Parts: sequence; structure tokens; C-alpha cells
Amino acid sequence: MLYREAGDFKTTYRSDQQTFPIKSERWLFWAFIAFAFLVVPFFINDYWNKAVFMPLLIYCMAALGLNILVGYAGQVSLGTGGFMAVGAFACYKLMTAFPWMDMFTVTVLSGVVTAGVGILFGLPSLRIKGFYLAVATLAAQFFLVWMFNKFPWFYNYSASGQITAPERTIFGVAVTGANTTPWATYVFGLVLVFVFAWVARNLTRGRIGRSWMAIRDMDIAAEIIGVSPLQAKLSAFAVSSFYIGMAGSMLFANYLGAAEVTEAFGIDKSFLVLFMVIIGGLGSILGSFLGAAFLVLLPVLLKNIMVDQFGWATDLAAHVQIMLIGGLIIFFLIAEPHGLAQLWRLTKEKLRLWPFPY
Amino acid sequence: MSVELLNFFETFLNGLMAGVMYSLVALGFVLIFKASGIFNFAQGVMALFAALTLVGFMTGQVPFSHLINAIFGTELHNWGAGLPAFLAILLTMVVMVALAFLIEKLVLKHLVNQEPIILFMATIGLAYFLEGLGDLMWGSDVKTLDVGLPSGGSFWWEDVTRTWAAQGAEYYGMYIDLLDVSAALIAVVLVIALSLFSQYTATGRALRAVADDHQAALSVGISLRRIWVIVWSIAGFVALVAGIMWGSKSGVQFSLSLIALKALPVLILGGFTSIPGAIVGGLIIGVGEKLAEAYIGPMVGGAIENWFAYVLALAFLLFRPQGLFGDRIIERI
Repeated sequence: MLYREAGDFKTTYRSDQQTFPIKSERWLFWAFIAFAFLVVPFFINDYWNKAVFMPLLIYCMAALGLNILVGYAGQVSLGTGGFMAVGAFACYKLMTAFPWMDMFTVTVLSGVVTAGVGILFGLPSLRIKGFYLAVATLAAQFFLVWMFNKFPWFYNYSASGQITAPERTIFGVAVTGANTTPWATYVFGLVLVFVFAWVARNLTRGRIGRSWMAIRDMDIAAEIIGVSPLQAKLSAFAVSSFYIGMAGSMLFANYLGAAEVTEAFGIDKSFLVLFMVIIGGLGSILGSFLGAAFLVLLPVLLKNIMVDQFGWATDLAAHVQIMLIGGLIIFFLIAEPHGLAQLWRLTKEKLRLWPFPY
Repeated sequence: MSVELLNFFETFLNGLMAGVMYSLVALGFVLIFKASGIFNFAQGVMALFAALTLVGFMTGQVPFSHLINAIFGTELHNWGAGLPAFLAILLTMVVMVALAFLIEKLVLKHLVNQEPIILFMATIGLAYFLEGLGDLMWGSDVKTLDVGLPSGGSFWWEDVTRTWAAQGAEYYGMYIDLLDVSAALIAVVLVIALSLFSQYTATGRALRAVADDHQAALSVGISLRRIWVIVWSIAGFVALVAGIMWGSKSGVQFSLSLIALKALPVLILGGFTSIPGAIVGGLIIGVGEKLAEAYIGPMVGGAIENWFAYVLALAFLLFRPQGLFGDRIIERI
């Protein structure tokens, strides 16, 4: 009986249309946000930051972006790794070319650059669909990685071909480079994810989000009722790449610190983020978060159990882990093809009626 | 003939050979896609798994030895004796059929009527699973595979082509790998066998019926589940052949599973639903890739093989969105 809507009256359309229509749900949400902003930064240490929170925030951002493209606009993309690389390299070039720029601006601008590249590689989507498009986006993945390897301008002619993030501060606190504190990078990532998740939520329920969903559900019908496929598809690619680019920029500057393109932005990244979106739930903002959390936390948990508890060799544990992840993905697809978000929806339905069955 | 022209022919020929190898992988994709509408991403990993199992049988490894040793503290590694190649191939085939059976039983049966993307994701999950399973069973070190296929350059071909060059030209003959030639021959035999099978046997006809229309096939009494097991077994067989070929060529290791990524442009070029498409697409991609590497590569710094195939396929797609031989996509509301 913790979760009910009795006595929760809506008197305006505005309150009826809000993201969390039930009061207890709203409280839960704000308590969670308060916990993330006000409690975690004081207790976070380097291990938790590096192993859990930063990857979580970064992949939440990437999954949000890919969910917009795959879940809302229905365009399957396997180029996520390549777009993350664009974000990372744009971030690097901006950081080194304009040392005075603060990190928020740099991250958002790298997103903008990636959005441009995304539009370019989204052009084939106007002509080809479905799996053919998915394979075509692989062209973006391989081409971009090759490009960042081949042209030394992108990595400022460094001998190793690596890019290394110089130190940049916000209000005097270092968020990139060697002198960062765990709480600083965490709060930096959290602010970005919070703000842009809010933006994504409102984009997807506005005019533009509805045009994406119309295209997803049936593009010919959408075109007939006046949705422009050109605008809808390209804007989906642009917005999605914007988020993915920011994720790539955060991955490189705030998390890794130094990156080599084939290693950090390979095709496995594309698949990983796509898994997050599918396991979390297509076409759901919450799903992006749940999927990212699941696939970031599970390997950490499995590694802790197998290596630290059982004392197995790391390579053996890695094999068992990849097997288990593959198995779990299949299991989740069979158990609930609409993802964790759907499970959460069903749980809520049950909780509203509990302890009565109907 | 001038030396440039001969070099061009050599590149062209090697491209054709490489193309056949791509076709071998693409063939497995097409078979499964036609029969069940599933885009089976695990095809590359199946080839790796088949090759690993084959090597394991031939060298007499104990399966899961690392896991068993870690749990029970034993020191198992090898039975001490391997199997001859022929027997090992047969046994591997049995394993692949068992795998097809399990996949149908544990995965596909529960995912009937789901959207294509969900099925696609399930096969990626399957790819992860098989990758882990293969490493867990047989270890992740690089292995060599030798089933007695000829390898190395052909001296005969070198001598023949040397006489083609203009008098007094500095030309030492064309290089062609015997392994590639045997792969091409095997691929030809495989395709002929597959088309005969699907034309003239009852099971083959049932396969084509299912590919055409699931519901209609069900209504005339074809068991969908039996057909799926058969299709996945055939795909397993094709994977085994591809695994043997690629494994003999470049060793059995994780990168073998990445040949799936090489087969994807072949697929979209040839169309997902066409066996001749897989062959022709493979040849076009193979030749295009090798020629581009040789003639365009030096201009942009080389190593363009990775993405050129995709761009080539994309260029074709812009004119024919369903691929060269794919079924025409008809959309209506």
C-alpha cells in the first residue's frame, strides 16, 4: 500500500501530462536525485567512481542517445562506437585548440560536432531501411575509426597515436587530467546526464518526438499524414549523435584520460550500447538508464564473485562472464522482449493494486 | 601482355579468391535468413566454434579443462591422443547439429513471432555465449589447423604466367595460394550440393516452402521446428566449412569470428534472400576490396580494406535498396 494514487487529484492538463503523474513516484524520483547529488559525492571513492559511477553515467548518456534513434525513430544503428570516437576527438581538438574553454562548453560542442557527422551518415537512411541500414551504419563505424587512425591531425601528430586529455577546470576544480578528484568527475557527469535526460524526455513527448514515433511505426503512413521523413530521420540521427558524442567526449576526457581509437571505440562499443537499449527497453528513457545500469554493474559483480570469491584466474572468469552475459541477454529477450522498463511498468501495476489481485 | 596488366590480373584473381571466402560465410547467413527471417549474427562465431571444436578433437584436448581444473584442482589438459582429420570433422558435425537442436529448443522456440530486431539481438547474445563457450571449452590460445589441404603458392601457375609477360620484361609470375583455390572449389561444390538439395529432396522443398511463407507451410503440414533444426544444422555445416578454410589460412583464434563483419557487406550487396547473391556479392566485394587496396589505398594512406567493402555495398544499395538479387521490397499501408 506504499504506492497508490488515491487522493492524488489532477486539476490541470499540465499536471495530468507530467512525467511522474503519481505523487509517491514523484517523491521517489526526487529522493533518488537528492541521494545522487547530495549523498554520493561525499562518500564516493576512487574505486567506486572508476568502476561503477563514471561508466554508468557515460553509458546512460550513450544509451539515451541510441534509444532516441533506435527506440523512438526506429532506425537501427551499429555506428555508436564510431560516433563516440567523433565526440572524443572533437573534445580533444577543442580542448587543445581553445585552452580557455570550460569543460561543459567543450562537451556540448563535441556533441554538436558529432551531430553534424551523424546527419551525414544518416543520409542513407532516407533510401534504405531495416537491416540494410544497420549494416550501412557499420560503414560509419569502420570508416571513422580508420580516419582517426590515419590522419595525424586528429591526434595532434602525437607519436603514439593516442589522445591525452589535458587538465581543465570548472570553478577551479579539475574535472579532466591527472589531478581530478572522484567527486568532481562524478558531479560533472551527473549534471550533464541529469540535464540532458530532462531534455530528451521533453523532446520525445513533443512534436519532434511524435514525428519520430510516427516514422518508426510506419514511415509511409507517416509521410502521408504530413510527417517529413527527411526532417524526422535526420533530426533523429542528429539528436542521437549529439548525445552519443557527449558520451564519447566524457568517456575520453573524464573517464579514460587517454584513449587509442581502435581500442576504446571499437565495434564492441556499438554492440554494448545497443544491448543496453534493447535490454532496458526500446522507446523508454527509464529503459536507457536501467539497461546501462544492468550491463555496467553485472560484469563488475560477476568479476567480484568469480575472481575475488572463488579465486579463479582472470581469463577463465572473463570467458565465463561473456558466456553468462550472452546467456542473460537471451534470457531477458525471452522473458520480456520489451525490456526492463516494461518489467518496471508491470511491477508498478501490481504495486498499485497490492494486496489485491485485481 | 604488359607487367601492369598482369599485375592487375593478379590482384583481380586474388580478389576473386578472397571473395569466395567471404561468400562461404555469407552463405550461412542467407540460408538462415531465408528459412526463418532471422539475421543470424552468430554465424561468424559459429565458424570459430566449429574450428575450435575441430582442432580440439584433432589434438585430443579435454573440453572445459580449465574450468574443471579450477573447480576440482586437477591437472587435466589432454587425452594424450588426437583423432584423424576425417573422424574429427564428422564428430564436429555432430556437435554442430546438437548445437542447432539446442538453439531451437532453448532460444528460437520461445521467440516465435517476435520482431526481427529482437531475434537479431538474440543471435548477438548467442554469439557472445558461443564465444565464451568456445574459449571455455578449448582455451583461448591461437591454434593451428591442418586438415591436409594443400597450401602455399602454386609453382605451376607461376611458370605459366611468366610466359605471358612481354619479352624481356621483369616479371616473375603470378602468386596464387593453393588453399584459396581449394576453398573456391569446395565453395562451388557446396553451392551445387545445396541447390540440388533444395530442388530435388522433400526436405529441401519443405525448406523452400518455409522460406516462402511460414503460415502456408504450417498449414500443409510442414513442421516448422524440424525445419529450423535442419536449417541451423546446415548453417552449422557451412560454418564448419568456413571455419576450416579460414582456420587453415590464418589460424584458429578469436579474430576468426570477425569474418562475420566481412560477410555483412557481401550480404547487403547480394541481398539477404539470395544464394547466388551471396556468391556474386562475395566476388564483387573481394575484387573491389583488393583492387581498391592496390590502386586507391596508396593515395589515402592504405589499410582501407576494413571499410571499403561497406562503402562499395552502400553505393550499390543507393540504387537497389534490396541488394542486387534480393526480393523486391513492396510496401503498402
